[in-house]
Amino acid sequence: MFKKFIGAGTVAAALLGAAGTAHAGKDLDAVKARGQLICGVSTGVAGFSQADSQGKWTGLDVDVCRAVAAAIFGDAEKVKYVPLTAQQRFTAIQSGEVDLLSRNTTWTLQRDTALGLDFTSISYYDGQGFMVPKKLGVKSAKELNGATVCVQPGTTTELNLADYFRANKMTFKPVVIEKVEEVRSAFFAGRCDVYTTDASGLYSTRAANVPAPATADDFVVLPEIISKEPLGPAVRHGDQQFADIVRWSFFAMLETEENDITSKNVDEMLKSENPSIKRILGVTPGIGKALGVDEKWVYNIVKQVGNYGESFERNVGMGSTLKIARGLNALWSKGGLQYAPPIR
Amino acid sequence: MAVESIGSPQHAKIAPWNDPVIRGWVFQAVVVGLVGFLAWFLVTNTVENLARQKIASGYAYLSHEAGFEIGDSMISYSPANTYARAILVGMLNTLKVAGLGIIFATILGTLIGVGRLSPNWLLAKICEGYVEAFRNVPLLLWLFLFYKMISEAFPGPRQALNVLNALFLSNRGLYFPVPAADPIHPWMGLGLLAGIAGAVVLHRWGKQRQAATGKPFPSIWAGAALIVGLPILIWLAGGAPHHMSWPELKGFNFVGGTVIQPEFTALLLGLVLYTSAFIAEIVRSGILALNKGQSEAAAALGLSRAQAMRLVLLPQALRLIVPPMTSQYLNITKNSSLAIAIGYPDLVASVNVTINQTGQAIENVLIIMVAYLSVSLSISAFMNWYNKRIALRER
Repeated sequence: MFKKFIGAGTVAAALLGAAGTAHAGKDLDAVKARGQLICGVSTGVAGFSQADSQGKWTGLDVDVCRAVAAAIFGDAEKVKYVPLTAQQRFTAIQSGEVDLLSRNTTWTLQRDTALGLDFTSISYYDGQGFMVPKKLGVKSAKELNGATVCVQPGTTTELNLADYFRANKMTFKPVVIEKVEEVRSAFFAGRCDVYTTDASGLYSTRAANVPAPATADDFVVLPEIISKEPLGPAVRHGDQQFADIVRWSFFAMLETEENDITSKNVDEMLKSENPSIKRILGVTPGIGKALGVDEKWVYNIVKQVGNYGESFERNVGMGSTLKIARGLNALWSKGGLQYAPPIR
Repeated sequence: MAVESIGSPQHAKIAPWNDPVIRGWVFQAVVVGLVGFLAWFLVTNTVENLARQKIASGYAYLSHEAGFEIGDSMISYSPANTYARAILVGMLNTLKVAGLGIIFATILGTLIGVGRLSPNWLLAKICEGYVEAFRNVPLLLWLFLFYKMISEAFPGPRQALNVLNALFLSNRGLYFPVPAADPIHPWMGLGLLAGIAGAVVLHRWGKQRQAATGKPFPSIWAGAALIVGLPILIWLAGGAPHHMSWPELKGFNFVGGTVIQPEFTALLLGLVLYTSAFIAEIVRSGILALNKGQSEAAAALGLSRAQAMRLVLLPQALRLIVPPMTSQYLNITKNSSLAIAIGYPDLVASVNVTINQTGQAIENVLIIMVAYLSVSLSISAFMNWYNKRIALRER
């Protein structure tokens, strides 16, 4: 509880501290003056944001932070990661404790308006699913009437869950625990029949968190996806330029994938005669100036972080333990939804 | 005023800025002004900043649909109810666990505290070990331990430990049968209240009679008979409806009967065991603070150790015990907010979800603060009243 009060205290304090200094560009100025981007991430979701034993953060969400740092500083390492629970995240971004929230957060109207946030793009198209132990023999979410469901508080998941059961005239008992580690352990201990969160989170949990002697095969993710969960990075209202940099840093990752520019071939691509590639990589100047960053910003992002496809495969795709298919997250040209406006 | 009139002849000679009375007033006014200005500054600035960042403010959301489910509720609740009701459900859950925690911790703490003073070496050492173990480990760790023990050690609902097909113990909690709802129940509740009132009156009368005639009256037994007997009489008069609601395994979980959930059990257990260790020490210190002559005099009168404790020592020790006990009761109430760690849906849990769905942290944190403040002040007020009542009347 004290953490909560301190959290609220920081909101109040930060809101007060911000008094009278609000003008466009303040967040970007603060980041530049600090020489470091402060990025709010999860407390540990494999594939999206997780720290290893050396404290090095990796994941798809982490790569968005690194791309923004690469665009602003030319160095993807200039990021400080602040792990946040689902409950703490909005207070942290509203109060200025973090500059950027890249924490598998669903873009909703309420959050975009009443919470004072700006979602800049969708870095992962997700949907809510259910995971059950295989031995229960459940084949469909429609069979879950009367089940006990483990869920994290303060998420869209919690609301979708209630909506889904109400819509299907079923009942359930929620077990709501704040820390994701504790929710998982309650589920694996059998306190709940079902664990529900975004499908990506279920695959991540199944791949990385099943306690021995059980294995990933002892759990199944049910076929129903009960919601749209567009996950993306968010910033505070009020600094459009910073929001633009975050938005276009992610688009740069998509745009480079579309143009087959990868971290491996980017140096050769600098010599490309293709005017579009020359423009993207800053060989023909102009784009960087328009965004207010170095002309080499896309080069830095691709060189240090990789394009979206590389990041996806490395963190959650076939190159990882999660083995999630691209699906909705394939480029628009390959049957998916990932589509960046042109960089020109 | 009185001071002024006495000192006025001297005051007439000194300048107003050297007058200690005027100076005192000025300093106090300055301090009050500064505090007031700071409060005004904080409030207006926050409101302005919220508006500038386009973050919603105000309490209109309380009447909006909450949309989330709560696992354990004393009143009927569904996601279609409002945020206000969701917060009320949380508040009642907090009161439930705090109220039961206070009762059990007091009983257990008193027993342990008296036990530590026992001449029986083994009993005294066990009580000492208990106190040291529980008060030297953070409560949060005890909560995690109890919760893990319940959810890991007990079997799933399909393999529940079954006692006579009535009690089912599993990691979903303890299910047991309850009488099916019947119109006679509210009347039995009234009977219970009447029984309690009757017992109190009887006890007073018994005391008065003992004071007047010296004849003791077994008011405890008579009172107990009243409290238990009245509801039973009403039940019999109502035709003794004995239809029960039995728990049954249906699908995933048990249906019917009622359940004590693991989250509640773990929290109550943690609060009671942890706080009773502190209460034990308060009780022990209260008894030890009494003059040794008291127990010797009681022994000389031929009272047994138990009688001496009950009739002579504890009533006197009570005066020393009550004030620090108030702090422990407040601690139980406030510590119950650790519920969030193990998933018991208390006030903080409800409000936290509300904060997250509405984004209105300041308004919601104010609700939590006002709620805990009113509960704590009520406990303090009651304890202060009780403390005054039992205080030694000196003439």
